[in-house]
Amino acid sequence: MRRTFLTSMALSMGLAAGVAQAQEKSLTLCWAAWDPANALTELSRDFTARTGIAMNFEFVPWTSFADRFLNELNSRGKLCDLMIGDSQWLGLAAENGHYVKLNDFFEKEGIDINDFLPATVYNYSTWPKGSPNYWALPAMGDALAWVYRKDWFARPELREAFRKEYGRELAPPRTWDELMEVAKFFTGREIDGKVRYGVAIYTERGSEGITMGVTSALYPWGFRYQDPEQPYRMEGFVNSPEAVEALEAYKALYECCTPPGHSDAYMVANLDAYKSGQVAMQMNWFAFFPGILKDEQVGEVSGFFVNPRQNEEASVLGGQGISVVSYSDKKDLALQYIKWFAQPEVQQKWWALGGYSAHRAVLEAPDFPESAPFAGDFLEAMSNVRDFWQEPEYAELLQAMQRRIHDYVVADKGTAKEALDKLIQDWTEIFEDAGKL
Amino acid sequence: MAWLFVAPTLFLLLAINIFPLLWNIYLSFTNYKANAPNRPLRWLGLRNYERLLSNEDIWASMQVTARFVFWSILLQVVLGFALAWLLNRRFRGHGFWTTVIVVPMMLSPAVVGVFWTYLFQPQAGIFNYIVNFFYDFGDFTMIGDPDLAMWAIVLVDTWMWTPFVMLICLAGLRAIPEYLYEAAEVDGASSWRQFWTITVPLVLPFLMLAVLFRGIENFKMFDMVVELTSGGPGSATELASIYLKREAFEKWRTGFSAALAVVLFVTVFGVANIYVKLLNRVKER
Repeated sequence: MRRTFLTSMALSMGLAAGVAQAQEKSLTLCWAAWDPANALTELSRDFTARTGIAMNFEFVPWTSFADRFLNELNSRGKLCDLMIGDSQWLGLAAENGHYVKLNDFFEKEGIDINDFLPATVYNYSTWPKGSPNYWALPAMGDALAWVYRKDWFARPELREAFRKEYGRELAPPRTWDELMEVAKFFTGREIDGKVRYGVAIYTERGSEGITMGVTSALYPWGFRYQDPEQPYRMEGFVNSPEAVEALEAYKALYECCTPPGHSDAYMVANLDAYKSGQVAMQMNWFAFFPGILKDEQVGEVSGFFVNPRQNEEASVLGGQGISVVSYSDKKDLALQYIKWFAQPEVQQKWWALGGYSAHRAVLEAPDFPESAPFAGDFLEAMSNVRDFWQEPEYAELLQAMQRRIHDYVVADKGTAKEALDKLIQDWTEIFEDAGKL
Repeated sequence: MAWLFVAPTLFLLLAINIFPLLWNIYLSFTNYKANAPNRPLRWLGLRNYERLLSNEDIWASMQVTARFVFWSILLQVVLGFALAWLLNRRFRGHGFWTTVIVVPMMLSPAVVGVFWTYLFQPQAGIFNYIVNFFYDFGDFTMIGDPDLAMWAIVLVDTWMWTPFVMLICLAGLRAIPEYLYEAAEVDGASSWRQFWTITVPLVLPFLMLAVLFRGIENFKMFDMVVELTSGGPGSATELASIYLKREAFEKWRTGFSAALAVVLFVTVFGVANIYVKLLNRVKER
């Protein structure tokens, strides 16, 4: 009896030790709660199978994503071993030591950063911008683009009506002027017994929504954040006549062609408006497009197009790099994950599962443009991406823009020029505080 | 021995209340940013206070707060008192109705904010349906319209907190001795006169207490409004507390927001103190 007892005790202790060891070999990856996060969960099973390192995930909705994880980094929390953080956080994270610098690791493990699309390396990995200092591996390429109701665009009676009104074929818009015309055409139009609207655009106030939306108009008009000859000199650039025109166009689009109550809308609200058949077009991140294709109601009737040009071609950059959090006690394990994730075959599977690889072996494969209905558009968009300020003062700069733009576009306060003038004042104050002006 | 017993409480008070307050006051004179711990800390003197007092956006958010506090309390006092007066008549089923009426104030403000966004939804929300049933305003949007958004948050706050004012008023009404009304009737006083000379003066201290509680609470209002409007459209409903949160935890201007917190604290503390003195004077009458 005593022997049996001792044996069971030894077995239990052994089991407990095994469990403890297994628990020790685990990583927590922090990211936003959205479709690609599910794909990453699926993909990471291969990593666990190969290494025995269990993966835990901390996914937070986009509207509180920056709040939650910037707090985590600023408080030097140990929750996240790996962070897929926004591109704009790089300056802050690098200068304050939140992320591990990956140069030595890349060199030791033979990871060539040039295997990834240059635009993604520049935006997701480097700080100072463009320098060979890498703080992340490009994880998820993304840009802002558009989805439209292919079936409505193909209806003969609608095509005829559009031709009569605008003297051209009803087709996915190639310029912002055309976008406005198509949006106006659909707004208030009855299709299948229901009143429809033109577009669902970003108008969200709390996090980054309206800034992402408005910059998708500002960039094609030729907006620049600063004088290329004199950094942080914004007068005449941020409030240039082109910028004013673009901002007025965005407000006009909001006022004429969005569904009622679309005044605080970001990704999910746009998806809802589109999937419920309220709107003919929606702006959203490429990341959602695989999900839209699979959707039972709108999957088969959806088409995609890149952000329309105006004076130039430009799309708003989304996407993120994956970094190792310097406060993690498991940095070695986290680096193992990055090493695994950088492999071309893993990147290929990442794309197949619905993630957006930035690896050139995937993107430059001859059959890539045909691999999904939006793959060609993705490549086109990624070749012209522009991003918000990536300074360490990113959060302040963003909040200032959210306020000034929402005040003008949604709350109808002042003029576009006044909004941009005030924005320059805010940004100047922020850069003065940071000792950059 | 006595010190030994009060020491834990004193320690907790110092650690949780007094130290953070003093630390906050200290930070308000510096350029500290919680998200940039490597940045050298500089003593700015009164610079943060000068900046915030000359900041148009802060004054705008203070005005929004003042409007919200004024209108919500006014409506809650009028409706709360009216409901209390009705329930005090002890009609059949008044107990049931009292329970039904107090349900909103038992909900979480964040939950209330979220579900009212659905009620205010222009196309499917029941609020628009009810309003349009009486007069067709079309697809108007309460929380998306800069002119209506303030009224939306006032309405929701009134819906939620009128029962609180009602309960305090009801306690006041039930504390009035019945013989005062009997004596007034014997003297031939009309119901209107009884109301103004007995009911109102005797309920006034209770009502003032309710106004004090609601005033302090609404000055700090945050969660419900964030869920309803995020302070928008633009900054139409950006209360001082929302502005403060954005400065402190989104822009990370810790020193500046500490100064703003001090100003808000002094404002609430000062106004509440004056009000309490007034309340005591009314009670002594």
